[in-house]
Amino acid sequence: MSVAIQFDPIRLPPEAEALRLEVREFLKEEMAAGTFDGTPDRRPNPEFSRKVGEKGWIGITWPKKYGGQERSFLERYVVNEEFLIARAPTRKHFTADRQSGPVLMKYASDAIKEDILPRITRGEVSFCIGMSEPDSGSDLFAAKTKAERTDDGWLINGRKLWTSLAHESDYMIGLFRTSAPTQENRRHGLSQFLVDMSLPGISTQPVLHPNGNHEFNEVIFDNALLPHDYLMGEADMAWKQATSELAYERSGSERFLETGQVLFELVDFIGENPDTREAEGLGRLVAQLHTLRRMSISVAGMLHAGKEPVLEASVVKDLGTVWEQALPSVARDLAAFVDKDPGNRMRFEEILAHNITIAPKLTIQGGTTEVLRGIVARGLGLR
Amino acid sequence: MDEAQTLVTDAATRIFRDLGDPQTINAAGDDSWREPLWTALEEAGLTSAWVNDELGGAGAGIGSGFAVLRVAGEFAAALPLAETLLAGWLLEMGDIMLPGGAMSVAPMQRGDSITLASDGTLSGTARAVTFAAEVEHLAVLADGPDGPMVALVNAADCNCSAGRNMAGESQNNVDFSGVTPLQSAPARAGIDAQALKLMGAATRSMQMAGALQTILEIAVQYAEERVAFGRPIGKFQAVQHNLARLGEEAAAAIAIASSTAYTIETLEDWTNGGVFLEIASAKIRVGEAAGEGAAIGHQAFGAIGFTKEHILHRFVQRLWSWRDDFDNEAVWAVELGRRVAAKGGEGLWHSLTAA
Repeated sequence: MSVAIQFDPIRLPPEAEALRLEVREFLKEEMAAGTFDGTPDRRPNPEFSRKVGEKGWIGITWPKKYGGQERSFLERYVVNEEFLIARAPTRKHFTADRQSGPVLMKYASDAIKEDILPRITRGEVSFCIGMSEPDSGSDLFAAKTKAERTDDGWLINGRKLWTSLAHESDYMIGLFRTSAPTQENRRHGLSQFLVDMSLPGISTQPVLHPNGNHEFNEVIFDNALLPHDYLMGEADMAWKQATSELAYERSGSERFLETGQVLFELVDFIGENPDTREAEGLGRLVAQLHTLRRMSISVAGMLHAGKEPVLEASVVKDLGTVWEQALPSVARDLAAFVDKDPGNRMRFEEILAHNITIAPKLTIQGGTTEVLRGIVARGLGLR
Repeated sequence: MDEAQTLVTDAATRIFRDLGDPQTINAAGDDSWREPLWTALEEAGLTSAWVNDELGGAGAGIGSGFAVLRVAGEFAAALPLAETLLAGWLLEMGDIMLPGGAMSVAPMQRGDSITLASDGTLSGTARAVTFAAEVEHLAVLADGPDGPMVALVNAADCNCSAGRNMAGESQNNVDFSGVTPLQSAPARAGIDAQALKLMGAATRSMQMAGALQTILEIAVQYAEERVAFGRPIGKFQAVQHNLARLGEEAAAAIAIASSTAYTIETLEDWTNGGVFLEIASAKIRVGEAAGEGAAIGHQAFGAIGFTKEHILHRFVQRLWSWRDDFDNEAVWAVELGRRVAAKGGEGLWHSLTAA
């Protein structure tokens, strides 16, 4: 076959399904204990993150010496999707668990690993991702924020923008310019750094979402000095380092379940006896979701097997985010003729409103629709 | 894909490439390609992959049979290959010996039921049965006095209406009134009209996935070659994004159809709720991909794709036909939606994770 898109049928192994029951039990207990209530607003919840850490479910695939469990990526998959469905408040540890920890594992010095990784697995520290800038969003390689090597360390100057959760993060994995792009390769010259957000010369300014929520920030670097060993990997070569991380970042359940709660609430809102129109709408949504989940697990299986399914991950993210973005609108239509209050009208309408307001961002964050389709076109041999 | 499936895929691909090339068939003004292609498929055991050797089949297994179907879809095979495979599967479910030759299967459409009376005669009509008027035998799932029966029927004994599907293949309403089957036997436990519909839907889903894959391949190739405004059209971002969408739809179809094949391969009980979720999802999602994929495919080819001389229609018209066989997306969605509603929101998540 000339067009190599591959989605092998993969099923989660028994140990992952056993873990699922354990996770469900834990979430039920924590909800009953009042640690969280599953409402749409998921503020950071240090107590919850600490308890998840105690369970060993942060950095679950990492080496035991760093507090990990050395369990499989498919087990991590299950923990992640159960947390998403329960609307568990994972905000404090989510980014560190998904992508920052793995970056440290791969590129950081032993001293840094021994210092930070155990704190991640205990749910004590949070990370943000410093990629976009005022003049560099989708076009990552236009980043200008500079890192200059001095005798005392790396001197950072510039601004990052749209940095989610920077204001509550202890660390950042940032992308900074260490030299100019070359004639042959405009991607050359960027490097990945670990940033300690408490260092002098680093400040954050809130940039509010339309609904007033504070997630985005502007991060200003004014002669911030990072230790030499905060450079992650090779200087100037960040473009080579990001590929498999992107596959992890793009193919997980969070790329189609972000608004998923709407579907489950809609089912209860419509009730046991849907009319034909409602039944058809539900059936299509479930078929689409089931297919997305199969695709996502297939990518997880490939990652587990040590492959780099970058193209397939981009397919999952584009299909998934477009789907989860449309879901609240589809649900709004399907709910239009429910006249009686099945008992959750207020709750349903609140959840619907919340998800309609967050929907536009889903096809922007972590790679826009346009960027993803460019990657898929490249995979098809068109670029 | 395991080793056996890879071997079967390679064998089927070789035969179709040699004897069933869509371009050659499209250009041929007659049916002279049919006989050699069918004979080669039959001799390679590909038409009876789903029947074990004691009953006269090739015993290649469920997974290998689906591998054959995917290749058949990739070549838009204008032969009753899928129907013969499926009929063989149904006959095995009644432990009936394979008669040999081409077959089709009934019923294929919602609401159609066929009855086998205690005097041994059939009654009822099955609508829109593909290839019914061209095959020697029909495998029928009928309601008997004591439960579901599998019957082998001589097609010539039935009253078949004239008719063609959107791809121009014969598709007939079959009246079974008063017909005595050549053989009949009680269906194995769990095999009933619903099981046949599920297996049929899975069959069509895999064929559609194969056809979508080919539409993707020929559209990408065309975009690389066709020059407009001074460069290959595949260099234009608008075209790239359209083809990326086609690639994603093909990927979704391939993923869920392959997953469905795996589910059936490892299935123990056809009445299990997980198999319904899996196959209903496949028929719905692949059917949606078929509609979208056909539209994007045509858009990519422009006017040349909208001609009889171009092969695109062979794939598109079969997608349009296949998505209607064994019930269309809407019918499956309503039934799936009702089941989901009955179990509630939490039940839905539990069903998805248990499937």
